[in-house]
This record gives sequence, C-alpha cells and structure tokens, in this order.
Amino acid sequence: MIPVTWYMMLSAAIFCIGIFGFIARRNVIIMFISIELMLNAVNINLVAMSHYLQDMRGQILVFFIIAVAAAEAAIGLAIIISLFRNRATVHVDEIKEMEG
Amino acid sequence: MEITNMHMLIPGLPLLAFLINGLFGARWIKQEAHWIAALAVAVSWVLSVMTLLKVMQGHTYYGDIYTWISSGGLRVSVGFSIDELTAVMLIVVTTVSTLVHLYSVGYMHGEEGYSRFYAYLSLFTFSMLMLIMSNNFLQLYFGWEAVGLCSYLLIGFYHQKESAARAGMKAFIVNRFGDFGFALGLFLIYLTFGSLDYQTVFSAIDGWQSPAISLLGLETDLATVIALLLFCGAVGKSAQVPLHVWLPDAMEGPTPVSALIHAATMVTAGVFLLARCNAIFNLSPAAMAVVAVTGALTSLFAATIALVQNDIKRVIAYSTISQLGYMVLACGVGAYSAGVFHLYTHAFFKALLFLGAGSVIHAVHDQDIRNMGGLFKHMKITAITFWIASLSISGLPPLAGFFSKDEILWLAYSSGGSFGKMLWATGTLVAFLTAFYSFRVIFRTFHGEFRGEVEKKDHLHESPASMTIPLMLLCAGAVGAGWIGLPALWGFENHFAEFLKPVVGHVAAEHGNYSHSEEWMIMAISVAAGLLGLGLAWAMYARKTDLPERAAGAMSGVPYRLFFNKYYVDEIYDYLIIRPTVWVAKNILVTVTDGLIIEGIVNGIPRSIGRISQWIRKAQSGVLHHYAAVIVFGFFIMIAASLIWAGGN
Repeated sequence: MIPVTWYMMLSAAIFCIGIFGFIARRNVIIMFISIELMLNAVNINLVAMSHYLQDMRGQILVFFIIAVAAAEAAIGLAIIISLFRNRATVHVDEIKEMEG
Repeated sequence: MEITNMHMLIPGLPLLAFLINGLFGARWIKQEAHWIAALAVAVSWVLSVMTLLKVMQGHTYYGDIYTWISSGGLRVSVGFSIDELTAVMLIVVTTVSTLVHLYSVGYMHGEEGYSRFYAYLSLFTFSMLMLIMSNNFLQLYFGWEAVGLCSYLLIGFYHQKESAARAGMKAFIVNRFGDFGFALGLFLIYLTFGSLDYQTVFSAIDGWQSPAISLLGLETDLATVIALLLFCGAVGKSAQVPLHVWLPDAMEGPTPVSALIHAATMVTAGVFLLARCNAIFNLSPAAMAVVAVTGALTSLFAATIALVQNDIKRVIAYSTISQLGYMVLACGVGAYSAGVFHLYTHAFFKALLFLGAGSVIHAVHDQDIRNMGGLFKHMKITAITFWIASLSISGLPPLAGFFSKDEILWLAYSSGGSFGKMLWATGTLVAFLTAFYSFRVIFRTFHGEFRGEVEKKDHLHESPASMTIPLMLLCAGAVGAGWIGLPALWGFENHFAEFLKPVVGHVAAEHGNYSHSEEWMIMAISVAAGLLGLGLAWAMYARKTDLPERAAGAMSGVPYRLFFNKYYVDEIYDYLIIRPTVWVAKNILVTVTDGLIIEGIVNGIPRSIGRISQWIRKAQSGVLHHYAAVIVFGFFIMIAASLIWAGGN
C-alpha cells in the first residue's frame, strides 16, 4: 500500500514542473503542455484523496476535469494554429499585441 | 350641477384637432388641415352656445374630473367651473376662434406650414378654454402659460424672419416678469387659504379679516399683497404699462393670429383674471386704486402713441392696449361687469378691425398706411365693415362699443370723489383720441387717392369669400353685441350686468348719489368726444389740407417725437435691463461661471481620468510571461496568507 503522501508529493512535483515550464519557456506549445501538466497534477491529487477518504466525489470531479481539459485543449490549439498562421511564430516574446 | 362629457368636449375637441394636425399634418394632411381644426372649434362653439343657454336658465356647473397633484396637503384637480362669467368668455373665445379659423382658410392659403398654423390655433383654443373653464388657480395658471406658449409660437410663425423670431421671444420674456408675480400670488393664496380651488378660496374670503403685514418696511395687509401680485400677471398678459412693450411687436405674427390672440382673447385674460378674483380685489382699496390708475394710464399712453404710427397693424395694436386699459380701469373702480362687457364687445369690433386690416394687407401687400388710400372702391365689403368697426370702437350709438364704453365712463365718474372724475376725464380724452386715430387709418387707407406703386394699383381686389364672410359676421357682432347690455338709464334692464351679478356683484347700487341728468350728460360728452375725433380726423386727412404736416411741424418738438418713438420705452428698457443683463451674461456667466467653473468641472474630470489611465496602462505590458508571473506570485501569496491565517487560529 503506497501512502497517500507519496501521491501528493508526486502531484506537487508535477505541478511545479508545470509552473516552471509555463514561466521559463518561450515556445507557446511547450507552455500549453505545461498547463496540461498542472491540470493532471491536480487530477492525481484528487484521485489520491478520493481513494484515501473513500469518497467517490473526487473521482467524479476528475472525469469532469478531463472532459473540460479536452475542450480547452481543442480551443487552445486552435488559437495557437490561428496565431501561427498570422504571425508565423510560436515564440511568445514576439507577440505583444495587448501592450497598454 | 355636475360637469358632463359635453362640457369636457368644449376644450377636448380643439385638443384632439391639435393632436391630429400636429402628428399627421406635416406629412399627410397638409392643405386640408383647416377642415379638422375648424370643424372641431365650430362644434365647440355649438356646445358653448348650448352651455350658455343652460347657464341663462340658472344652472351653473362645478366639478373635478381628475386628480392632478396629490402631495401632502396640496391637492389639485383638473376640473371645470362653468358660471356666468365663464359662459360669456366661452362665447367670446369660441366665436372669434371659429371665425378666425374660417378667415385663415383664405388668408393663409398656400402658406408653408399651413397645417402647423392650424395645429397651433387649435392648441391655443384648447389652452384658452382651459384657462377660462378652470375651477382652480393652478389649472388657470396652466392655461395662462399655455396661451403664452401658443402666442410665442404664432408670433414667430414666420420663423425664418429674424424680426418675427425676436418678437416671439420678446413677448415670452416680457410675460415672464408678470407671471413671476402671478406665481408668487398663487403661492400666497395657497399659504393663506390652504387650497387653490375657487370654491374653497372664495368662500374662505367671505368674511375674512385680512391680517396686517409688514413688507420691506411697508405697512400693508395681506389682501393687498395678494391682489397686487395677481395684478402683475394681468399687467403682463393684458399688456398694461409698464409691460405693454411686447404687444405691438407681436404684430409680426400672421394677421388672423393678431385678431384672435392679440386682440380678442388671450390679452383679455388679464381682465378675466381681475373679474374672476374680484373677491380678493374688493378687500383692498389700495390695490383697486393701483389697478384703476394703471388702466387709465395705459389707455391714455397707448392712445397717444397710436396717433402717429404708420403701420396699420401697429395702430390697431396700440388701440388694443388702450381698450384693454379701459377694461382694467373698469375693474379698478369695481365695475367688473362693465369691464367684461367691454371685453365682450371689444372682441367683436377689434377682431373685425384686425381681420379687415389683414384683408387690406392681403390686397396691397404692404402695412404702411402712407402707401395706401382710395381702397374703398376696390374692396367695398372690407371698407364698410372697417367703417362700422371704427364707429363702434369710437363709441357712437347704437353700436356695440358705445354701450360698453359709456358704462365704463359712467361707472368711473360715479365711483366717487375727484379720483373717479379724474379717471373719467382720462377715459373721455382717450375716447376722443380713439376716434381720431381710428378714422385717421380709415381716411388714409380707404379714401383719397392710391399712393402706392402704380403697378400694384391694377391688382387691388376684394378678398375671397372665406375672408369676407367672417368680416360680415363679426360686423353683425360689432353692431349688435352691445344690445344685450342696454343701460338702465334708457328704461331697459341692464341684462348683461344682471347676468354677471352672481359672479362679480353689482356696482350700480352703490352709486345712487348721482342724478339721471348727470348720467345723460356723461353719455352726451362721450358721444361728442367720439364725433369730435371723427371730425378732426376728417378735417385733417380727408379734406386734403396740409394740416397733418403743419400739426406735425408745430409739434415737431417734444410731443410728436415722444409719441412717434413710443415714449422711448423700448430704448429705456434696452438701456436699463437688457444691456446690464447682456453684460452680466457675457462677462460673468460666460467667462466665470461657464468658462471657469462649469468647463473646469466638465473638462477637468475626464482629463484627470485620462492622466491616471496613462499611468496605470503601463501595467499592461502585453508580455505573456509577466502575466503568468503575476498569477503564480499571487497564488503563492494567497497560499502563504491562508497558512498564516490558519496558523493564527
């Protein structure tokens, strides 16, 4: 039986990798993947807690998150493709349209 | 008795006609607008006659139909009160209005804004009827202001013409001065009696002891103050000195408007107000004296100006002011029924004079009597009706003007003391002047040789039937309207005075100290004054003498120039009121109030918002990583804060 803290440490590690990837990288695809990593870190956490607390609600929530993440991924990729078509780049430093 | 639907239709139909012509006139009805307007007011006239017949049988009507304002102790209704005074006014207003509607079909034919003209006329008729039929002071005030608005709109009917637009504004602004006092009077009435309903107020006045008050260091009593404030409104509306300056300028409007609004109906609203509020005025001899003197002064003042004016409409306008002075004078000596009687006869002959002048202008396309002459043979109907109207206004028997004017002069004479005799002397002098300037116009216009341009002479023609028929109908009124008030001296009962007795009381009984021979003498003097004026005008203007030039030359000093320039009242007002006002507007309101304070606030707020935004917008770098860093950093702060907070517990 693996203790629940291990799962949580795994989850925290993946989450931090996601944050690091999101902040440190300039390639918008990599940033996007980092966001997915953070989401899945949350999912791992939810499933582990659900099992630990013997409560199915956490797992149900995970299914919703996966479904929403799929939709979000589709939209996100569509935005990236559209961006690439217009600007011919995936490097975010070159995109500063919203500067005030 | 209760108000019925029939009574509500009297003002209702003109209102309906206004709405129809106002909404659909410009696009769809256009040149057919007179059908709706004239039909509505004609039905109102029929209903008014029916109402008059009922009132003559002794029925009066009083009732509220709708609660207008209900706020705390203030309760004002829209309601109607139809008594003897209202019935007389109903007949005057609807008769003249109907005839003017008919006349305008010919006079305004093909004018631009034809439907607009009829819409305004209907609105005016509605407002005037609301004014006279009201059963409370606030509705009276509503009608009062609404007729003022219609007057403004119709004076400025030819709004492309700058002088017309200015005259409209002048009429409106001068009336503000009077109405300011009128409004204060209404406030005082409400404060004193706690209501604005006629019945409540007038029954409270019965036996009321007016408290003495001190106003700006003057010892007076409340009734005097209220009466004088109400009189302010009458001074403005009825163009009494010193607020008479707007009426001559109002002649910029179309002539039918001058006949309806600025001769027969609206300007007499002031006299109506005096008669309606007679209970208040009777409490204050001081206020009555002010009213009488104002009336006498106005009638003399305007008559002298009328002597030398050359614009046919302006002469008649000054004549109107002068006759209004007569009516106010009558009210001032307590002879309200005589004042209203003169109002009623004056409506016919003065409307006739104006419509006749309109007919002349229609033919000559000029208003200057120096460019007229010899029109008698070209336009017989106009000339004859104009003659009769002038005989009537000059007070020659047995025409309508004689009876009303004589009654006023007699009641002024017999009102007591040297004060009454002075009023009578002024009135008689004015009667002489009236006959003189009226026939000066006639001899200059209809007799002698045509003095206008030669090519115009071939185009002189009588006006169409829609214009001459109203002239003839009004002429019947100018002849016969006075016969309902034949004097008691001639062995008749004075039906008119008896009829109005329930509303305005009776004065003749108080003047029992005068003999019949004196009354005959007054009558003879007033007729002689009229004939003398007629004769002098004939001698000066018809008998081709050089008298006018010599007279003008002899008087070329002060009096002639004083009369010709209307006593320089406009110039004095310009100097005393208009210029300081414009100075204050330009140098204080525009530069300081508007330029610094209002502009400062209005422009300052957006400017400072803009400045702050310029500074804050730097936070929006557009770089995705800055946003991400802020999110993560904020997340850590929130975690840390929640841990500290949890640890604290």
